[in-house]
Amino acid sequence: MAEKYYHYPLWIRLWHGINALLCLILIFSGLSMQFSEPDRPLIPFDTAVTLHNAAAVLLSFNYIFFIVANRFSGNRKHYKISDKNYIGELLTQFRYYSVGIFKGEKAPYPVNAERKFNPLQQFSYIFIMYGCLPLIFVTGWAMLFPEIIVQKVFGVSGLFLTDLVHIITGFIISLFLIVHVYFCTMGIKLSSLFKGMINGWVEVH
Amino acid sequence: MRFFHWRRGPATLFLLFPVSLLVVSGLVQAAQEEADTTEFKSAFFDQNEKCFRCHGSTKYTYHNPVSDNEIAAMMCDNRVIHRDEFYISNHKTFACVDCHAAEYDTFPHPGELRMETPYNCIDCHGYDENYAMYQFEEIEKEFQQSTHYNTDGDAFTCWKCHNPHTYKINIRNAQNITQAIAYDNQFCLNCHSDFERLQLLTDKEEIDLLQKHEWLPNQGLHFSQVRCIECHARPNDSLMVAHLIMPKEKSVKRCVECHSQNSLLMSSLYKYQAKENRTQAGFMNAVILNNAFVIGANRNILLNRISMIVFFVTMGLLLVHLVFRIKSKPKV
Repeated sequence: MAEKYYHYPLWIRLWHGINALLCLILIFSGLSMQFSEPDRPLIPFDTAVTLHNAAAVLLSFNYIFFIVANRFSGNRKHYKISDKNYIGELLTQFRYYSVGIFKGEKAPYPVNAERKFNPLQQFSYIFIMYGCLPLIFVTGWAMLFPEIIVQKVFGVSGLFLTDLVHIITGFIISLFLIVHVYFCTMGIKLSSLFKGMINGWVEVH
Repeated sequence: MRFFHWRRGPATLFLLFPVSLLVVSGLVQAAQEEADTTEFKSAFFDQNEKCFRCHGSTKYTYHNPVSDNEIAAMMCDNRVIHRDEFYISNHKTFACVDCHAAEYDTFPHPGELRMETPYNCIDCHGYDENYAMYQFEEIEKEFQQSTHYNTDGDAFTCWKCHNPHTYKINIRNAQNITQAIAYDNQFCLNCHSDFERLQLLTDKEEIDLLQKHEWLPNQGLHFSQVRCIECHARPNDSLMVAHLIMPKEKSVKRCVECHSQNSLLMSSLYKYQAKENRTQAGFMNAVILNNAFVIGANRNILLNRISMIVFFVTMGLLLVHLVFRIKSKPKV
């Protein structure tokens, strides 16, 4: 008998949807600029620049909204690491994903009324939301106002170093997005976790 | 302040390390910029002083034999030649009378000298094997197809852009590319941002360069990091600096001309430094990288390969995981 938990209130679903859309725009416009080809553009360069800048500004606001709403809604507790044996928990969850799941074992840290994320999920979300996103915002906004960037660091363009951090972080976020979507197929049914992000209810065994 | 207490040890050092990197790199840059202290002494210094005595400053004095008194007068701006600039210019070894008539040594100067036709670059530098590497003949050909020549004909001489008293070879020897760009752009701005000078050549309305280039993203960065001619002159593979200034309709306006792997900048601004290019092992268009950063032109080949490997390994792992999930799914 499946149980249902209302883990995704409307504000999270709206934030998540906007976040996903803007991230996709940013990834494709970013790739288009980085690998611009005059004859075969994924998105024409000038359009890509405008799209990237506009989506980045919107994503920044969306991020601020998330941080503030997370702080005052109580959702923040899901992003707090409290267990002292956290590494052990991560390894247990990793073992489940790499071995246990194929043997039909039960998930070691299933979703319940108190727990929304398993340890690996929690770790990856913290890493992305509080590590990668601030880094990509700082470097991205710096490139939007390049005059504030130190011109040269040991003879190498400061703008280039900033961009390097920006694109590496962007790449990590893009990989996260793919893995995130894949792991979302591990609900009761292939589509159940996706549906959960639309109606707010997470179904578990 | 407790934050900077040295006992914080590694954390403080971690924070100070990037700061110290910036300070050291700033000092290295400053030391490089102060390196040139060479002084040039012209063989014609004393002879030239006869001209510089009046033309070297904005005020000059002369004795009026009729009224028998000393007269102080203002020198016209365009007749003032600054010694400091002249003696570091390409023509610094010259005597004034190498180019100007010897009759100028009398004062008041004979009126007919005002009609003197000044030499152009090609008059001295053309068809001379000593200057073959500069290809003045090719420059002349390009210039004669340029919009400047098409608009003004022979009235538009080399001197409209290249001041013979101050001109220095610039981009070829540039150590600091940003300064070299500013120097080159000043040629254009002398007229195009100074309507009083511009109206000597054209009856067109005054133009607002900032507004005309409003479409350009990061306008300030473009203006300081590339020369006007990058977009406004047609590149010529056999010339060091393109001289065929195109009409504005034909200017480069497609971002990808520069922002791509085959960046136009490699055949213009960075042409002479391309020897540093490390296309295979390191960065594409590395020479641009040493001085600036051009999105789409600078690509790190190693980083590209690593990211492709990481991407395909991730996709492979997910695929394998999916296959195992499907295989291990209990049959209903």
